[in-house]
Amino acid sequence: MTMTDARRKFTPRLADPNKPRLTTSAMIASIAGEGQRTKPAPFGHALVKLAQERPEVVGLTADLGKYTDMHVFSKAMPDRFYQMGMAEQLLMSAAAGLAREGFMPFATTYAVFAARRAYDFICMAIAEENLPVKIVCALPGLTTGYGPSHQATEDLAIFRGLPNLTIVDPCDALDIEEAVPAIADHPGPVYMRLLRGQVPLVLDEYDYRFELGKAKILREGEDVLFISAGLMTMRALDAAKELEKTGINAAVLHSPTIKPLDEASILAAVRAVPGRLVVVAENHTVIGGLGEAVAACLLRNGEAPRFRQIALPDAFLDAGALPTLHDLYGISTGGIIKSVTAWTS
Amino acid sequence: MSDTQARLGSNVSLAERAYRIRRNALRMGEVQGQGYIGQALGIADVLAVSYFHALAYRAEDPQWEERDRFLLSIGHYAIALYAVLIEAGILPEDELETYGGDDSRLPMSGMAAYTPGMEITGGSLGQGLGIGVGMALGLKRKRSKSFIYNLMSDGELGEGSTWEAAMSAAHHKLDNLVCVVDFNDQQADGKSTQTLSAEPVTDKFRAFGWNAERVDGNDIEAVRAAFDRARHENGGRPSAVVCDTVMCKGVPFLEAREITHFVRVEPDEWQKALDVLDAGRPA
Repeated sequence: MTMTDARRKFTPRLADPNKPRLTTSAMIASIAGEGQRTKPAPFGHALVKLAQERPEVVGLTADLGKYTDMHVFSKAMPDRFYQMGMAEQLLMSAAAGLAREGFMPFATTYAVFAARRAYDFICMAIAEENLPVKIVCALPGLTTGYGPSHQATEDLAIFRGLPNLTIVDPCDALDIEEAVPAIADHPGPVYMRLLRGQVPLVLDEYDYRFELGKAKILREGEDVLFISAGLMTMRALDAAKELEKTGINAAVLHSPTIKPLDEASILAAVRAVPGRLVVVAENHTVIGGLGEAVAACLLRNGEAPRFRQIALPDAFLDAGALPTLHDLYGISTGGIIKSVTAWTS
Repeated sequence: MSDTQARLGSNVSLAERAYRIRRNALRMGEVQGQGYIGQALGIADVLAVSYFHALAYRAEDPQWEERDRFLLSIGHYAIALYAVLIEAGILPEDELETYGGDDSRLPMSGMAAYTPGMEITGGSLGQGLGIGVGMALGLKRKRSKSFIYNLMSDGELGEGSTWEAAMSAAHHKLDNLVCVVDFNDQQADGKSTQTLSAEPVTDKFRAFGWNAERVDGNDIEAVRAAFDRARHENGGRPSAVVCDTVMCKGVPFLEAREITHFVRVEPDEWQKALDVLDAGRPA
């Protein structure tokens, strides 16, 4: 095989050739489904509220204020906002510098740029010294149809190896609103995945509050245990409702804190109903994310249930419309239902 | 009287300070049998001016809020910084015997968590100036009059992050930031100017909106004058002081040796180097 043969090539492959061809959404597009309840820019508004209570909070971005909902903060508190320009290494080192001087910087960019471009700066300038910098990044996993340049499919794998760093993958607007003050209360550095724009509101239907470091049962079920984070929790909840109609009862354990993982709650949930199929659902590559973290936790603790992952493939993903891509890679509600039905039949 | 003025009143000359810094560094090199001694001897005059002329600090309280912050971006120059921190009374002299050893507060590459007076963890080169930008912004937020001095190497001029930070410092008018570049024309693989030339360095900084001047970094008076201009005549801009230094300065037989990033010193040569240095002690 020549090098040319091995190179990535474009091949059109719609998930379902009978479905209509959708178009790639504009950049500020929401991940919300048709008719879903949403709240606008929950991160931006929560940050303003936090900053009103905590004078040490400052906001920084690297030319992505409008695209990380930081514009809400910069408009409300212009004197506490720093536009660092298209310079992510600087964004992280300057945030470290501000933290050294007693401030609490919230620094935003896209997840790809934080994880790939600025990693060493997050590692050495922030994490090694355990500084209270809160890194909040849009476009986690597969939340844009722009292709690999914008799709941070491996950010959790990259950041999980970084000591001192707490990692949060919130599900919806409520999770984000409650996570902002919670990560501020945490004394060390945090990486939080961000859903921006019109963000779905789902978790208010459940008896739920975000607590840093805690996984919480949102729903009980005897056949399947979903363990999920981020937007995949709302997909798992939707899938569970549909699966129930076909006689498959699924529980959902939402684990928005990826690191440190709430191993006690995960083990308790797995042990509560022996024999239940464990399905970890995450908006991330199968490698190095929540799925592998849960698997390692279970094995270390002597648990080996039937185990499956719903996650993105170990591949550079396609460009296209988000719903098409989510179907293609099996992380849509329909994709989850299909996989779980096959695994339980 | 400020802490700086108190030191200015001292009758110990900067040349004597530089001699003592070199001596401390040689003694640490002797302990470890190795070390970045070429760089330490080269930068000693700049450090003497920094700690005994320019910086405000309290030896007994390294975290004093009103101190000037000295960032060692170039982590492997730690031996040189320890040498001056000992001379400044921030570290006890007997601790130099632990340099680079197990359980020592003086590791080979500088880390903030280990050493009083070590502001940042350097060593991943090209990070100090960006951290300095954030600290300078933070100082201005606090309406502090303190300054940031970032010491970096000529090799670090090859890092893109250095220029992100340089552009930002000018954009934010950080006149409380001074970047000191040790231009010894030596980096890991050879001469800096032949590895990835940053010349003309001062023109580059000026083009980025900085004050910039280049001085003989082993001429104490020239360095002192440049530091004064950076602090008091900066026109509202950040200032770069590019210091041409001679590796191994002060120990002629080492200066004459083929200079590399890691200057080889034989076990029996440390005492000889100390003797030569002592013989040249300023009057």
